Order: sequence, then structure tokens, then C-alpha cells
Amino acid sequence: MAGLEDSLRGFLVELIRTAVTRLPRDVYEALERALEAEENPVARRQLEAMLENVRLAVRLGRPLCQDTGTPVFYLRVGDGFPLRSRLYEVVAEAVREATRVVPLRPNAVDPLRGRNSGDNTGRYVPWVEVELVPGDGLEAVFVAKGGGSEAPTRLVMALPLRGWEAVREAVLRAVAEAGPKPCPPFVVGVGIAAGGDQALSLAKRAALLRPLGSRHPDPEAARLEEELLEEVNRLGLGPHGFGGRVTALDLHIEYGFRHPATYAVGVVFSCWALRRASGVFEPDGSWRITSEHI
Amino acid sequence: MSRVYRLSTPLGEDEVRRLRAGDVVYLSGLVFTARDAAHRRIIEVLESGGELPFPTRGLAVYHAGPVARRRDDGGWEILAAGPTTSARMEPVEPDFIRLTGVRMVIGKGGMGRGTAEACRRYGAVYAVFTGGAAVLAARAVERVEAVYWLEELGMAEAVWLLRVRDFGPLTVVIDSTGRNLYDEVMTRVRERLEELLGGAGGGGRGS
Repeated sequence: MAGLEDSLRGFLVELIRTAVTRLPRDVYEALERALEAEENPVARRQLEAMLENVRLAVRLGRPLCQDTGTPVFYLRVGDGFPLRSRLYEVVAEAVREATRVVPLRPNAVDPLRGRNSGDNTGRYVPWVEVELVPGDGLEAVFVAKGGGSEAPTRLVMALPLRGWEAVREAVLRAVAEAGPKPCPPFVVGVGIAAGGDQALSLAKRAALLRPLGSRHPDPEAARLEEELLEEVNRLGLGPHGFGGRVTALDLHIEYGFRHPATYAVGVVFSCWALRRASGVFEPDGSWRITSEHI
Repeated sequence: MSRVYRLSTPLGEDEVRRLRAGDVVYLSGLVFTARDAAHRRIIEVLESGGELPFPTRGLAVYHAGPVARRRDDGGWEILAAGPTTSARMEPVEPDFIRLTGVRMVIGKGGMGRGTAEACRRYGAVYAVFTGGAAVLAARAVERVEAVYWLEELGMAEAVWLLRVRDFGPLTVVIDSTGRNLYDEVMTRVRERLEELLGGAGGGGRGS
């Protein structure tokens, strides 16, 4: 099993390295389209700097943002995957190793004592969400979630009477209040559910995991995504808050059924540097990165 | 119309007072990083009459917590050094500008009224570098002159004294007349927000 653990750790380190040093192709292409759409010269300068920075990071193999974020893993684990109970420990070991070798900036801070652990691990860090699926392999998505884009997160426990209108208001207000801080143009993730934690969890997945340009399979949700994206961009915040047409690269909604008395709305932002990478690990120890990057 | 300047630290009051919101600056010379914890500590030292181990007067303070790597010769290499969100420093930045004599504050995401007033009074500007463009920023770092308080504050919060060349483009957001470019954009954003929300009046979708 030790050999298999080594392979898994190696896979996860490469997943982290890929995510923090290279931008997903869909995000890069969305930034290129934003540059085509923008006319404001100050906004254009920001987008040009972003694109140049990504190319430079790839060439030098460096983290493209110094805030290498909070490490978050979304794992789909097969029923027969051999390392199930060791998974959390191997994931943490991979984060420690990546912190040394990529390197990552140590970002895990004990909130009660104010001490930085120095290796990006600590209580509930890395954050790991596991979904059990048929099979004996493992699918992993790693996201480096930046602190600046996490700060404007919003949870609104909306009045059920107001329904969708409350969602719309929550999102538009969140974007306006966030201003330049989360490094627009961002992806807005909107989560709707019975509980506050559930809404935020869905919003985070919507912001970080869905490919840019994709629409929700539910046609009603897809229609609302397009409407709300258009409205967010009509706010005119623009790249880095200098005004312009592209405030959000995309907007994704994820919803669960609510409770009759609750209508929880979560709003989560990505940074423009939306750092995610995905890959597949087989029970024989072989693996591959499946996401496309620039 | 925005103009482009190439400036070097230490910055003189006159050249800083000439800058206007929207101008672009490429900065060379000494810059030091400071974020939340370093701001608190620098202010504590200066207010108690102490001396800092590094120069500040006429320099630029950079709101940043870099990824740095120690080289084999014991020196440091900055790998990534984009700006962090400046608004966190807003409550203490006016005192910081007054006490340190910095002429430029560099960060991202904007600062508030207190900073604008300090810029006006003491002759300083607030400029932003593109958030997340950390490798671009690191490329402008010629040398790490020294690092202070690394043990106590950690890599991200330590004070890094950096020699930079043509660091930019930095966009001036707050100038010494008190003009704040972000305030102007955010005022328009809030107007659009009220239009969009008022227009729907709690009513139908698809408006």
C-alpha cells in the first residue's frame, strides 16, 4: 500500500502544481474574450496584465498569484478504492509537499492563537469534500481559493415570499458591495437551498467547478443564469473595478430544494485567477491530469 | 487623459503632487511590503518613539505578501508578489502615512476617505497593481535587500525590502488632491444597482 500511497501523493502534488501555476483553458479564453469586448483603456490594461501574467507564470512554472489560496479538494471516490480511510492523511501530506516544492505560500492560520502552521495544513485545512461513486478509482478536483475573493462571500436567508427576486437582489448587491476587491472579472456562483451552509456549499461549487460558458442542465436555471449574468455586467464595475463591460466572466446557479419556510441564497466569487485542476487516479497507481490548461 | 511616468524612490513631494488619478507609474528603487500585522507593528514602533530597522521616508509601501524562496547562497528570490486587498489596512493607513513618510501606497481594490485625506495632507498617492498578476510583479523585483520580522510574522506578513525596476503599470487611484477613481466608478455602480433593483420593484423576472 505504501507504493500506492506514494503514487497518490505524487498525483495530488501535480494536481496542485498544475492548478496554481497554469490557468484552465476555459478561464484564459474567457479573459481573452473580455479583452476583445472592453473599450475602457484602464480596464484593458488590467486584462492585458492578467493575460501576460498567466503566460509568464506558465513559462517560469511559478504560482500565478502569490495568494496560493486555501486548498480545497472535491473527491469522487469509488466504492472499491483501496485507500479510502487513508485518503485524508495522504491529501494533507500532498499539500505539505506541494507547499515545499511548488512552492505555495503558507496560508493556514490558527484563528485562536494567530499562528501560521507554515505548511498549509491545520484543522480542516485542506478542506476535503468526498462523494462516493461506483467503481474502484478516484476522481479529484483541486481548487486554490484566494482569500481576496472569499472575503465578499454573502449569505442571505431570503423571504420565501420574494422568491427569485430576493436572489437577484442578493447577487447584484453582493457584486456592487464587493467592488474591485475580489479581482474582477470573476465568476459568480449562486447557491439556493434549505440551509445556509448548503446554499454556500452549492454556490462555491457553482463558482469554482463548472466550466465557463456552460449552462445548467435545467432550462429554467440556465435561463436565469443568462439573465443574471447580463444584469451583473450592466453594473459596469469592470476589470479590477475600473469600469467596463466585463465584471463577471460567467455566472452559475446551483440549487437544491428548499424548506417551505426558508430560501437560503449563497453568493460566492472566484478571482479572475480561477485555479482548478482535475485528474483521475486508478487503483493500479496510474493517473492523469484531465483538465486543460494554458 | 492619463499620462505615463517613470519615477524612482525616494520620491519627492513635488513629483508625487503632480500625479493625477488615472495616471500610470512605473516605479524603480526601494519598496517595502507591509500588510495587516506589519502595519500594526510599524505604527507601534514609531508611536512609541522607536526606530525601524529599515527606511520608509519617500519610499513606497506595497500591500503584498510574496511567495519567496531562499537561494543556495542564503539570499532570497521573490517568485510571486501580487498585491493584497488594501481595504484591510484602511483603518490605520492615515497614521501609517503620517508616521512613515511614505509617498506612495501600492495595493489593490481601493482605499477609503482616511487614506485620501492623508494623501492630500502629506503629499502621497495610492496606486494599484493588477491583483493576481504576481509573476509580473515579481519580475520587477531586482533584488531582495532584506527581510524583517520573518520569524514572528511569517513569510506573507513579514516586511520585505525590495529593489524594483520599472514596477508597473501602477494606476494612480487616489491622488494628492483627494480624487478617488474607484469612488467615481463605485458611485456609478451603485446608481446602476438602484436602477436595476428599482426597475424590477420586487416584481417580475426577466426585466
